[in-house]
Amino acid sequence: MSLDRASREKLVRALAEAVIQHADELTSLDQAIGDGDHGLNMKRGFEAVLATLPGLADKSLPEMLKSIGMTLVMKVGGASGPLVGTFFMELGKALPEQPTRADLVAATDMAINAVKARGRSEAGQKTLLDVLVPVHAVLAAGGDATAIAAEAMQAADRTMPMLAIRGRASFLGERSIGHMDPGSRSASLLIDAAIKALEFEARS
Amino acid sequence: MNSPNRGNVGIVIVSHSPKIAEGAADMVRQMVGNAVPLAWTGGDVDGGLGTNVAGILAAIETVWSPAGVAVLVDLGGAETNSEMAVEMLAEDRRARVVVCNAPVVEGAVIAATESSGGSSLAAVKRSAEEFYA
Repeated sequence: MSLDRASREKLVRALAEAVIQHADELTSLDQAIGDGDHGLNMKRGFEAVLATLPGLADKSLPEMLKSIGMTLVMKVGGASGPLVGTFFMELGKALPEQPTRADLVAATDMAINAVKARGRSEAGQKTLLDVLVPVHAVLAAGGDATAIAAEAMQAADRTMPMLAIRGRASFLGERSIGHMDPGSRSASLLIDAAIKALEFEARS
Repeated sequence: MNSPNRGNVGIVIVSHSPKIAEGAADMVRQMVGNAVPLAWTGGDVDGGLGTNVAGILAAIETVWSPAGVAVLVDLGGAETNSEMAVEMLAEDRRARVVVCNAPVVEGAVIAATESSGGSSLAAVKRSAEEFYA
């Protein structure tokens, strides 16, 4: 995978637009089982990321990812800032400039472990890890872009019957069951956007 | 006079609500006095409810003491953002800042009381956390 400057800019725009366009949906999911600010918080973070374009795309892929992560950490304003921000920062630390698929598998594994440590959480607790972990499994097993994007969406749906153990939704206990986890939904949107932007890159 | 003054442990109060953080800091001042370096921070970068890493970093800077800094937090995001802020400190400072697993208001008063007596960072943290024990 080789991303030139235009592709990096396209990728950032795709990530930001996915979150910004779904901000209301994320907020309504969060109103059901959280404090109702996930959409607003993530939108604020990704608007701040967008504001660093075009300079952001001038950076190498690892530096660009670290920079996105740092912006999210500083601007989001909720627990999702450090969680999603850590994912991007660790991805930036672990990826070489011209990553192979194996590099991507290894780097996302490291980034997921950093998110687990940051949130003291594991998959199965109704958090963004319930999207990251199964999507990583499909990536590691050699799944194509369509399979990875499909898994991201299905994995977010699968958080609906889960009981929240971590995060604000855990305060609700049994009442968290039946609602999709907003963090899972935003993670699935980001993965879907990245896959589509990168797939376009691979074809063009 | 010539004995080195290592200073008292600094206290940082972090709440999603700036009003709660400020109010808790007022309580600490009333009850413990001015012997302890004290700072509060609350709200997201737009001024809404939430916490922000830059604000937490600035608060830690304000109360920096060679004896260390104890951070009291309210809900999950405050804790996660505070842990992130600690990790972003310079390496020589990182080990001297602790996030306490304690209720924000009671923990801040107890931590400040302990600190005002010249206790170590570990003792300040332990006292605050004993509230849950």
